[in-house]
Amino acid sequence: MSFINYASREINCKIVYYGPGLCGKTTNLQHVYQKTAPEAKGKMISLATETERTLFFDFLPLALGEIRGFKTRFHLYTVPGQVFYDASRKLILKGVDGVVFVADSQEERFDANIESIENLRFNLQEQGYDLDQLPFVIQYNKRDLPNVMTVDELRRELNPTGVPEFEACAATGEGVFETLKAIAKLILIDLKKGK
Amino acid sequence: MANPQMVMYDEEFRQINTVLEKLLRESHSKVIFLVDKNGQLISGVGDTEKFDTTSLASLTAGNIAATGGLAKLIGEKEFSILFHEGEKDNLHISIVAGRVILVVIFDSRSSLGLVRLRVKKTSDELTGIFEGLLKKAEEREKQGTSDFPFAEITDDDIDNLFS
Ligand SMILES: Nc1nc2c(ncn2[C@@H]2O[C@H](COP(=O)(O)OP(=O)(O)O)[C@@H](O)[C@H]2O)c(=O)[nH]1
Ligand SMILES: [Mg+2]
Repeated sequence: MSFINYASREINCKIVYYGPGLCGKTTNLQHVYQKTAPEAKGKMISLATETERTLFFDFLPLALGEIRGFKTRFHLYTVPGQVFYDASRKLILKGVDGVVFVADSQEERFDANIESIENLRFNLQEQGYDLDQLPFVIQYNKRDLPNVMTVDELRRELNPTGVPEFEACAATGEGVFETLKAIAKLILIDLKKGK
Repeated sequence: MANPQMVMYDEEFRQINTVLEKLLRESHSKVIFLVDKNGQLISGVGDTEKFDTTSLASLTAGNIAATGGLAKLIGEKEFSILFHEGEKDNLHISIVAGRVILVVIFDSRSSLGLVRLRVKKTSDELTGIFEGLLKKAEEREKQGTSDFPFAEITDDDIDNLFS
């Protein structure tokens, strides 16, 4: 849940990047970090294994600016993608305001995408959230690779409800900010409704 | 939703800081933080400039979440106090009112016993403040008198954030 501080005039929102292992979640955050002005970002924290796989989470705080006199901060988190880290994924979803699902567009990762998005829905339900009620966007990542499925095929399975979706190549940064902007916007619109 | 919207008003913010300042003095600690269980910093007193408070808040919440998961695995509800001992500085972490985390950093000028004692008293005071805060937020919502700043927000406001 977002945290509104009337005393310090700040509003904090939590965005979680979800998806199967190696789909590019950490790469998304790294790109945002590299392209954000120093005064607008905090330290990026990666709790990773020695081989750079996310162990618990990556964390990137962004303070993008003010809206109506309120400092607006977004806290970006990624989850560890491997199936056996499910307990950690549940913890990171606590208090989430919006979710980005990063899909790996490669054919051979199709089952992993499906498994991960079902896992997302299930873990949210366990915390009392409904994915269909939450600000939610999908990113089809790794569009630069040769063995990718078409967006139509991916959409049919991963995005039946038609949430905002973006093609991306997180490795070069293409589509990364479009995705972030879209989820931030949905969260702020949700806040506007006074949820 | 899983838990209610967290809000903070001027009055309670001042009360909280008064209580934290008192704890800082009476426990002879260096710095004290109050963190939301979701990883957002609520307030800090003492030598706060020396710390990366945003990272500290996020990692503390992650730590509490992970040990909470461990507690459930062994059949405990939660571990309400965590203590980390360093060479110079020590970290005393406790859960207050079920949803906020109180972090006390202290060195050899204080002791675990003293910190533990003072934290206990402070926890009760903070619990009172947070219960009041929750009630107030609920009432305001019921009356529809929320002074919510985002009701008037426009697409342009949002786009400007990323320009
Ligand atoms: N070709 C290509 N590789 C990518 C892209 N995004 C990420 N990668 C690579 O995929 C691997 C896993 O990325 P990472 O961000 O660690 O995945 P995570 O497990 O989801 O955090 C890394 O070697 C990245 O460089 C992309 O858009 N295209
Ligand atoms: Mg990762």
